Amino acid sequence: MSNAVNTSSLGPTRTDAFAKRLKQRYTAERRFRALGMGAIVFSVSVLVFLLGNMLINGIGGFQRAEVEVTIDFPASGLSGDVASLSAPSAIQTLEMQGLDQIVAFYAEKQLGTDGAAEVSRDAWRDVAAELQADPTLIGRTEAFNLAASSNLAAGLAGEGSPEMQALAQRLVSEGRLAKNWDSGFLTRSDATSPQQVGIWGALKGSIFTMIVTFVLAFPIGVLAALYLEEYAPKNRWTELIEVSINNLAAVPSIIFGLLGLAVFLTLFPNLRSAPLIGGMTLALMTMPVIVISGRNAIKAVPPSIRDGALAVGASPVQVVFHHVLPLALPGMLTGTIIGMARALGETAPLLLIGMRAFVATPPDGFTSPATVLPMQIFLWSDEIDRGFVERTSAAIIVLLLFLMLMNGLAIYLRNKFEKTW
Amino acid sequence: MSPITLFLIAVGLGLIGWLAGRAKAWSFQKENPDVRPAARPVYYAWYVAVWVIVPVLAFAVAWSLIAPQLIMQSVLASPAAEVLPSFGFEREAWIAEARAVATGNAVGVFNEEAAALVEPFREAIGRYNLIGIAITILIAFAGGAWSFLRVKPDFRARTKVERTVMTVLLLASLVAILTTFGIVASLVFETVRFFGMVSPIDFLFGTFWAPDPMSNPANPDGSRYGAIPLFWGTILIGAIIAMIVAIPLGLMSAVYLTQYADPRLRAWIKPALEILAGVPTVVYGYFAALTIAPAIRDAAVAVGISGASTESALAAGVVMGVMIIPFVSSMADDAMAAVPGAMRDGSLAMGATQSETIKRVLFPAALPGIVAGIMLAVSRAIGETMIVVMAASPAANLTANPLEPMSTVTVQIVKLLTGEQTTEHPATLSAFALGFVLFVVTLVLNIIALRVVKRFREAYE
Repeated sequence: MSNAVNTSSLGPTRTDAFAKRLKQRYTAERRFRALGMGAIVFSVSVLVFLLGNMLINGIGGFQRAEVEVTIDFPASGLSGDVASLSAPSAIQTLEMQGLDQIVAFYAEKQLGTDGAAEVSRDAWRDVAAELQADPTLIGRTEAFNLAASSNLAAGLAGEGSPEMQALAQRLVSEGRLAKNWDSGFLTRSDATSPQQVGIWGALKGSIFTMIVTFVLAFPIGVLAALYLEEYAPKNRWTELIEVSINNLAAVPSIIFGLLGLAVFLTLFPNLRSAPLIGGMTLALMTMPVIVISGRNAIKAVPPSIRDGALAVGASPVQVVFHHVLPLALPGMLTGTIIGMARALGETAPLLLIGMRAFVATPPDGFTSPATVLPMQIFLWSDEIDRGFVERTSAAIIVLLLFLMLMNGLAIYLRNKFEKTW
Repeated sequence: MSPITLFLIAVGLGLIGWLAGRAKAWSFQKENPDVRPAARPVYYAWYVAVWVIVPVLAFAVAWSLIAPQLIMQSVLASPAAEVLPSFGFEREAWIAEARAVATGNAVGVFNEEAAALVEPFREAIGRYNLIGIAITILIAFAGGAWSFLRVKPDFRARTKVERTVMTVLLLASLVAILTTFGIVASLVFETVRFFGMVSPIDFLFGTFWAPDPMSNPANPDGSRYGAIPLFWGTILIGAIIAMIVAIPLGLMSAVYLTQYADPRLRAWIKPALEILAGVPTVVYGYFAALTIAPAIRDAAVAVGISGASTESALAAGVVMGVMIIPFVSSMADDAMAAVPGAMRDGSLAMGATQSETIKRVLFPAALPGIVAGIMLAVSRAIGETMIVVMAASPAANLTANPLEPMSTVTVQIVKLLTGEQTTEHPATLSAFALGFVLFVVTLVLNIIALRVVKRFREAYE
């Protein structure tokens, strides 16, 4: 009884207005929460859409339309012996013996006149390459899958002119035209026809460029981080160094392209579009990232280790190189890999230093003209040809795979070497 | 002789010096075990190696600059050089061809006349290579001998070696200053040259942008270099449309992930957002140009808006906003994590709901950090290149309608520097002026943002 009297004297705690307000507040709470959920769902679905889009388009890019042509070598009059075919000049020899005409003859015989015209003009080179790889073919009858022309490929995809579509249907029903896995996509270089392109040239250029970037940025970045974190006195100079490193990390990448153009290409004008110059430009961009992550890794090494080493008589240089650096190195590597992944995907600075040229042969050194994977994607994206859309997406898949591999490695290293003192 | 060969020679000779120094240090330790040397053998080894490598590398740098000129002189002095035209483009071309053949970079000459020069070239290159190697070995021997003779038990090799190490460390950290200096110098130099041809007032306040790289460079039309449409396009795409997408989505993602989400969900979502941040911009650009831009145009046409373009500012801005989401989200995450837990707990203990706590306590307390993060995001968006190069328009257009084509500063830099151009033309130089403006603006944004973050972090400690 007394309880009831007491509460009523304080007034009811849950008036209608209170309950209404509380309900409103809980509704607002739920709304806010739903908004947060919505933001996450949106971001993740964009990611899924982006990756799904590339994947669906890109799967087609790893295939190409190929027509089957059977060539009867003994009857063709090719007079090459096994030894001459394994020589490096075999392609020229075969060309002089009219291999291109032989391929055209058999194509016409089996595909009809309208079909033969749609075998890619460079198809005989593939035949020559296979002969070179396996010279005993010359004594046999062998079926080859040769690249179809872009027009026929479009016809197979249900696009292009009605005649091409009809021809594609006829050849498919004869079992002579199919979309096959194109292993050459990973081993060829840029070309003018989507049926003949590959990404090996760009991939090789990317690898060369990354080697230069790593060789320059990693030692400089690690040494600079060591100096700033362990030895640098607090004065104006070191402050200037710190400020410039922090600013460089936030400077737009295209500005580094302008620097490369104005400085590196003026110093080395005949190295335009070489991996060396590209790597140097990207190294300047990557170095601040390595310094910043390296300093964090050094900071994480507990002072007791330094004190212990100093206490037994090590010099400051010995402390750092014998104790701090080995302990901080995994953390530094993680930052370096992340920085390198960023450099691998970078296009804008390389655009300015001339790495957008059409390069049909893979680079054979650090100073020969090259293109890189993101640049290849950019160049192909300008081609409106339907075949190039698929090829571009396929190249994007390769690029993303590389990036995920690098980031996965960084995460693995971080987890493996993460230490708590 | 290529720099790489010289470098390898330097390393090889250095290794010999290293081994010799160490052997000597060991030997005097063995001969007289009672006397303790001032340093361990490895430091004597490094001491000798440094005295071999550093002079050799210094010589290699100098030689790779001097040698081509000496070779050139000796070729020109040869009788074969008399066939050369006395000056002009042809002369340069022939010389370049002959050099390429002599160094093995080309198989044959295009101009028959250049063939006569190949032999003198080959001979001169061979001669100066020999001289270079001889001097290299001489220098290495001199440095090695001098340092080797100083290797004695009472010689403090460690301090000397450590001084070298410190110098190398200092030099490495100076690269950052050199890079900054290089950027500023190259931008300022070219910008000043540009302003010598086109008045800065025309450039900064003009409203018509249409540089013609093919026009007469001696007499540029200043009225074609008005950059206002570019600045406007950059601001609309990078600072307005992209931020309208990125700020709410980024903030709400951060709020949900830090305040509401189950740890297991967070463990999946956070890496997913990081993937979004790690996708190269060229992929976003491709996505914007091929998927988003046509979709936006079709949508606009479907609701009856005429004049919608596939190169609309909207497509580039929206995709850029998506790219920035993870960036804003992680900055907001940091800022909110810096707010002391006691403030949040106090609000919750008073009976505030979680969203009220976030809106009235967490956000205001984290606001400086969030604003700084947004400034960094803006600075990143206006410097972003590939998305706009692929999805925005090359034609500058001063309009408020986001469905119309619009160009940005970075698009113009790429456009002006990737076509046929001469370095002397104002159209080429204007790209550097645009780059300079971009650099200054992003620098100011970054400096302010970093200052704000620093002050804000200290406030609660």
